[in-house]
Amino acid sequence: MEDNIKKLPDRKGYFGLYGGRFVPETLMPALKELEDAFRYSRKDGNFLNELRHLQKTYIGRPTPLYYAKRLTEHLGGAKVYLKREDLAHTGAHKINNAVGQTLLAKKMGKKRVIAETGAGQHGVATATGAALTGLDCEIYMGTEDMKRQALNVFRMRLLGAKVTEVPTGSKTLKDAINEALRDWTTNVRTTHYVLGTVFGPHPFPLLVREFQSVIGRETRKQILDAEGRLPDYLIACVGGGSNAMGLFYEFLGENIKMIGVEAGGKGIQTGEHAARFAGGSIGVFQGCKSYLLQDDDGNVLGTHSISAGLDYASIGPEHSFLRDRGRVRYTYATDAEALASFELLSEKEGIIPALESAHALAEVVKLAPGLSRDKIIIVNLSGRGDKDVQHVANIKGIVI
Amino acid sequence: MKSRIEEAFKKSKKEGKKAFIPYVMAGDPSLDKTRDILLLFEVCGADIVELGVPFSDPLADGPTIQRASERSLKNGVTLKKVISFVKDIRQRIRIPIVLMTYFNPVFKYGIDDFIRDARNSGIDGVIVPDLPPDEAGDFIKHARKASLDTIFLLAPTSTEDRIKKVAKASSGFIYYVSITGITGSSLLLDGSMDLLIPKIRKYTDKPVAVGFGVSAPTEASAVAAVSDGVIVGSAIIKKLHENPDDLKNYLISLREAIK
Repeated sequence: MEDNIKKLPDRKGYFGLYGGRFVPETLMPALKELEDAFRYSRKDGNFLNELRHLQKTYIGRPTPLYYAKRLTEHLGGAKVYLKREDLAHTGAHKINNAVGQTLLAKKMGKKRVIAETGAGQHGVATATGAALTGLDCEIYMGTEDMKRQALNVFRMRLLGAKVTEVPTGSKTLKDAINEALRDWTTNVRTTHYVLGTVFGPHPFPLLVREFQSVIGRETRKQILDAEGRLPDYLIACVGGGSNAMGLFYEFLGENIKMIGVEAGGKGIQTGEHAARFAGGSIGVFQGCKSYLLQDDDGNVLGTHSISAGLDYASIGPEHSFLRDRGRVRYTYATDAEALASFELLSEKEGIIPALESAHALAEVVKLAPGLSRDKIIIVNLSGRGDKDVQHVANIKGIVI
Repeated sequence: MKSRIEEAFKKSKKEGKKAFIPYVMAGDPSLDKTRDILLLFEVCGADIVELGVPFSDPLADGPTIQRASERSLKNGVTLKKVISFVKDIRQRIRIPIVLMTYFNPVFKYGIDDFIRDARNSGIDGVIVPDLPPDEAGDFIKHARKASLDTIFLLAPTSTEDRIKKVAKASSGFIYYVSITGITGSSLLLDGSMDLLIPKIRKYTDKPVAVGFGVSAPTEASAVAAVSDGVIVGSAIIKKLHENPDDLKNYLISLREAIK
């Protein structure tokens, strides 16, 4: 079924109505250059060998597919497997893309990479990729996020990156992206912008998906080894949507149900959330057309989530397309539900998940008990929760 | 028939000058003040004015215009309000008005409705910095029908392919971005403009105006020497807030320099 949807985006970078390339003219030649380099690299044996070698020896791939026996028993329904991206180097799936893009930047002859970061995971991953490939690195981060994620700021600096504070706008992720785009516009001849998710102007949604789709390819082989068949459900959290596309893409042509989980924050009716499909409409933001949380005049709204990695006003264009097609179902989990799942997985399995991944787990908690025991669910455990421990303690009023 | 913008370039050429195009953000510090500034622009000899529309995420702008945009949004100014503002003042200002807006407010408004309302209010042309011609098919089609000029941008990084595409899509004039960077950056007079502007002229006889980073009258004069017009934005906004009494003299000195 529907194998043709795997052929998107089209030549102009569209997934149906969504995607495209909405950037200042100064960047248009750079995007073309990046697209050409990417199309060449994906067929270049040397590049692919080097990438595979680094995936294995540096990132630590393949990451395990783990049968969560005690969680399964606790929920009393479908079997739950976890794809352990939390065990990748630097602690999240972000490294898959960062290593791919820094390697590509090096091949393109760039001297410097820049990136935006919200929670700091993509910033840490990019700083790591830059250290690995010997490129100069500058990370843009909102003032608010720098306060919330002081540890990751220090990690990036340890890795040799310059971390630049963004004190404008809402002082969070979207403002860091604006500033990274301004830097790229200024230094485009020497600098590559390592965008962290399946978002932004074409070819970023395509190229980030390609570097992340290793997750789904490994998962197919691993579940066939473990169960002799493909799963019934795939579940992932969706901020920009790169860990979800990384898992889903391989299986788009299969008869498997897929669920993307957005950040419901304090609840949709409060307006304090980041559930673009529940409260948004189509807009053009930071380089592409997709669903967007915006007011009636087209200004972008503030968002809220307990998880900085899901706290963003728009969503990858391919997700908007898959949603319209009915191929993927999108739902949301609130802060409270994510927090409960964060604790549940820690207690039942000895795995502390990232608050982002805890949103996907919250959907498992709702879904699994109603399914029969012969059904299989695979959840992308996109990152580990060490970075969130302090934050969760604060919320619970515990002083560490 | 030539558009009012084309006529403005023709007229300044005839007078042995280049077009002076000052910019101001609508609603910063208030729409009443914006009206006064537009009138001042005209008195000081501007040929065309560029009127900014505030947006929550102005990614092509430097700190000066970002802050102007934030102030204007705080005052509740929106694209709708800017259009009706132009309608109100149109009778009092004779020179062409060009709107500079990011694409999302236009998209949300509806491209067709926006073009119609903009035209009816007396707006002459539109610049959308994050809408390259490649994505502007519908926008251009509706604008042509309404005789609203579509001004696209070229940059120092533009290849010959891009120059051809942008020249074809543009009407009124072509906006040449003097530097790789954002508004209000420092101008670099390294001679690259002297090479690139003739390259543009190989493909079009449409006027080429230069903006981004022009601040001192001496810079304006150097830029005018190789182009058909000079756009000054951030420097005017700075003057307006830091030294408002000096704004008139500054505008007059720019006018004298742009020949």
